[in-house]
Amino acid sequence: MEALRFGQAIGQALKDAMAADEKVFLLGEDIAAAGGPFGVTRGLHKEFGGDRVRDFPIAEASLVGTALGAALGGYKPIAEIMFMDFCTLAMDAIVNQAAKAHFMFGGQTDVPMVIRTPHGGGLNAGAQHSQCLEAWFAHVPGLITVCPATAQDAYGLLRSAIEEPNPVLFIENKSLYAKKFEADGELQHVPIGQARLDRAGSDVTVVTYGAALFDARTAADKADEQGLSVEIIDLRSLQPWDESEVLESLSKTHRLVIFHEAVEAFGIGAEIAARIGDVGFDELDAPIVRVGAPFTPVPYAPSLESAFRPDADALLDALKRVTA
Amino acid sequence: MADDASSTSDLTADDQKVLLECYREMLRIRRVEERLSQLFADREIPGFIHLSIGQESVPVGVARHLTAADTIAVTHRGHGHALAKGMALPKFFAEMMGRDAGICAGRGGSMHIADASVGMLGANGIVAGGMSIATGSALAHKMDGQGNIAIGCFGDGALAEGIFHECLNLASLWSLPILFVCENNGWGEFSKTDQQFRGDLSGLATAFACRYAFADGTNVLSVVEVADKLIAGVRNNTKPAILECRVERFHGHFEGDPQKYRAEEELKKLEANDPLAIAKKALLANGIGEDTLEALVPELDEEIESAVGFANEASPPAFSDASADVYARSV
Repeated sequence: MEALRFGQAIGQALKDAMAADEKVFLLGEDIAAAGGPFGVTRGLHKEFGGDRVRDFPIAEASLVGTALGAALGGYKPIAEIMFMDFCTLAMDAIVNQAAKAHFMFGGQTDVPMVIRTPHGGGLNAGAQHSQCLEAWFAHVPGLITVCPATAQDAYGLLRSAIEEPNPVLFIENKSLYAKKFEADGELQHVPIGQARLDRAGSDVTVVTYGAALFDARTAADKADEQGLSVEIIDLRSLQPWDESEVLESLSKTHRLVIFHEAVEAFGIGAEIAARIGDVGFDELDAPIVRVGAPFTPVPYAPSLESAFRPDADALLDALKRVTA
Repeated sequence: MADDASSTSDLTADDQKVLLECYREMLRIRRVEERLSQLFADREIPGFIHLSIGQESVPVGVARHLTAADTIAVTHRGHGHALAKGMALPKFFAEMMGRDAGICAGRGGSMHIADASVGMLGANGIVAGGMSIATGSALAHKMDGQGNIAIGCFGDGALAEGIFHECLNLASLWSLPILFVCENNGWGEFSKTDQQFRGDLSGLATAFACRYAFADGTNVLSVVEVADKLIAGVRNNTKPAILECRVERFHGHFEGDPQKYRAEEELKKLEANDPLAIAKKALLANGIGEDTLEALVPELDEEIESAVGFANEASPPAFSDASADVYARSV
């Protein structure tokens, strides 16, 4: 088997899910003949036709609301929001409607829908095409939020997300789409809510997700050269997140750094730190440290954006701090 | 409005039959909401409730053309639609009163009442919030190909909401089987419609290439007739249409609203535009005995009191049950 690109894995998951279940259909801006801005849905329109791969007007609010209405009607829609920043236009449908329909209606209905959307910088796309807004959604009861880092996990989590009876926000880091991953056996479902031990180590645990995983690996390599053994946990699912996996690692390393591309303040890392500071306090030999983006909008100029994005060196500094 | 179109004494036998049925259904909604008003004043119903007294002609006139498989998403002022679509009264009252036996297990209340078993996709606490849900439901109907349709109900207060325009566009672009029903009561919450919206709905219909028709909501037969034609078109041609019904909102925006922003003059005129009174007058003019109409009241009240009794016997919901059901599976 050849190497698999992250974006191809997502396309494969969509294709396999559509072949397996005729209720699955796609809707989004420019996803049909155009194949999507990142080429993820390329070929699906030709294979499945315009009823199941639907180009939507540039109207994000009704895009998500329409997906919800179809989900309540027994379908399994997958709505693509072209950039995560555009979710702002669909917040009512996501937060007030889809997230609450099951609970608010007393459990009468399932809400089997997926919202796929890319986050992250690195493309100099500026303040409105680069944000990592996952913490907003992880804060909303009723939503599931996942963010894979590898092609295998992207495939497997998407297959699971499509089969979920709950609304899932499926976040894809746009810098990963073209990244190649070595094939390691059959692609298969990945359960939602389970983290993955990416690298075993003994001195400090790094909890991360999405594209930040690869900077974490670089930092771990550098740390290793300096005699520091780093364990990396790739969360994969942000809500629900795998607390027990993190605690298990902590019981071995007794030090925790949380590393993500999103703005650090009030982020995913803040929640994990607070929670582990509570239930894992006895295991801690050092303060929990977060490494995320500074509290500014994502800037445009390459010099600014690279200064903004948390990188391996920033993580390495944090690793040294907690092990000093 | 209220030109007494239905008060003429020459209704056909069929119209008389329809009018009597509609009268009963409107009276049922009216009695239910008057009971709600009382329960709210007695603090038996918490939160906010928005009554549709004066607007009963719309749910009654529309729902009689719908099947159980058709779907409807409605507004915060949605009690009438919920009942007209077939929601069972005991579970309705239990929900309003925040009981575990409520149709939404006491988690929704008036603004979020829904009944999937009768295609009622929910009242909505967000103005125009149900529009895209109805549109998506219409997409599901179209893909199913069974001839079912969706109703997206909204008030004139939704006319300035962007999502409404998005939905009109999509429904027309994709030829979706949906009827958008506007209950135009002249008020968007506490402000007059003409202070909020520059256009008019028929103009919007033209802009989005949708069929449009107006019905005098004070005359339920007008709603029945106009809705019938539009719904037949939506169903047979799989195309959207817009029905605008002019009605009056008798009570405040929410129950307890003293309506100080409404002129005395306007409030005095409300009774003359009461669809229930107008229907009654027409029935009497057409030889239906007053005793026949009066007999409906105790019959309906018995059903209502039985439902209230059911609600009273039910328990307040346990938070542990609610918190265990945030997701449709244990996550």
